[in-house]
Amino acid sequence: MISFLHLTDIELEALGLSLCISGWAVLFSLPLGIAAAWILARLDFPGKSILDGLLHLPLVLPPVVTGYLLLIFLGRKGIVGAFLYKYTGLTFAFNWKGAAIAAAVMAFPLLVRSVRLSIENIDQGLEFAARTLGAGQMRVFFTITLPLMIPGIITGLILAFARSLGEFGATITFVSNIPGQTRTLPLALYTLTQMPGGETGAMRLCVISIIIAMVALIFSEIMAKRFTRFIKG
Amino acid sequence: MIDIHIQRQQGDFLVNAIFTGAPSGVTALFGPSGSGKTSIVNMVAGLVKPDAGHIIINDHCLFDSRQKINLAPEKRRIGYIFQEGRLFPHLSVKTNLTYGMRQVPVPQRYVEFDDVVELLGIGHLLERRPAKLSGGEKQRVAIGRGLLTSPAMLLMDEPLASLDHERKQEVLPFIRRMCREFSLPILYVSHSRDEILKLASHVIILTAGHAVAAGNVKTLLQGDVPVPRLCVNG
Repeated sequence: MISFLHLTDIELEALGLSLCISGWAVLFSLPLGIAAAWILARLDFPGKSILDGLLHLPLVLPPVVTGYLLLIFLGRKGIVGAFLYKYTGLTFAFNWKGAAIAAAVMAFPLLVRSVRLSIENIDQGLEFAARTLGAGQMRVFFTITLPLMIPGIITGLILAFARSLGEFGATITFVSNIPGQTRTLPLALYTLTQMPGGETGAMRLCVISIIIAMVALIFSEIMAKRFTRFIKG
Repeated sequence: MIDIHIQRQQGDFLVNAIFTGAPSGVTALFGPSGSGKTSIVNMVAGLVKPDAGHIIINDHCLFDSRQKINLAPEKRRIGYIFQEGRLFPHLSVKTNLTYGMRQVPVPQRYVEFDDVVELLGIGHLLERRPAKLSGGEKQRVAIGRGLLTSPAMLLMDEPLASLDHERKQEVLPFIRRMCREFSLPILYVSHSRDEILKLASHVIILTAGHAVAAGNVKTLLQGDVPVPRLCVNG
């Protein structure tokens, strides 16, 4: 039993890498996700349904297709990637930053959906009331809209984090399966199942995945309850 | 002096209201539901833009389609008390009250926090959150919040309509006291003749988006004269 719980270096590395990649992915997509959700919930403009569709694309496309598209656009010889590399020296090909981008893109629709839902649930009358009390649009957003969006933001963060942790297809297509760089938990698990004698390691990673998912869900549940209690005074 | 002349097409419904009101005291907007009362108040507050016309409050122009003036709601200095209170659920009563006040520069403030709290009898509620207030208490806090922005005018859109009879009787005296103590123009929207008789001196009668009669409350609303007859020539 003790030896089962003892993680090998490879497994530890995969776990650390996964948490790091998912963390960065979620952190960077949060402000963008909130902005996108707000635009979709509150503004009306021509081409809105196209934007909506584009944002949801990673949810319905096969992940390998998304990964391939990322490779075409952001690879070192990609349309945007070549430009970025030439002028900033930044590259996403076959390193953990690329893995984070793949995770962020795949999780983005989930984040936007739940944040958008929480914005649509806010009574816009409260925002109008704040305007008549002398608050400009920016101030209304930060003092009224954003605080009331918190439940949706928490749910969105948890969903996006979980999706990022589980990201496989887009990651392996875009940045491959490089130990210490892009071999995240699911990729390590896959690798172990392909190796003779890898069953115990695979089982351990499986248990770890379940634990992380449970902790995230319980955390989100507790935060949601806290918020409700806070509003009810 | 309130000088309002606004026009707006909303689907099939045309709001075309021309009326004036006293520079201080309560002017009532009276009419059945669907007569455009809330639309008019929203236009005065700047939440809805009229197609044409002007809105002038005590020599201060808030909207003029010909001069292309259209102040944003936050620049109008108009307190707006909504039917549903619309208190911010995540803020305490105290923070709700000071939300607008904090954005008014000190020299422009003429309403003191302590005075309002005392006048409306809400001192014991300051630390609570809106969810813990009764309907009447919510409305009193909402009135205080609007008043504390030291507004140039106060709009009250059916502030008692969502309350039961007893709560109405609880809030009404506070509104009367407020009208007495602060000399600012108040536009009071209601479909209740009773409320208007108790609060207002001047009344404007609305039918189907048009102001059809204006004048003294006692002459227009008291006695047996049914309101629709006043509208025949409108």
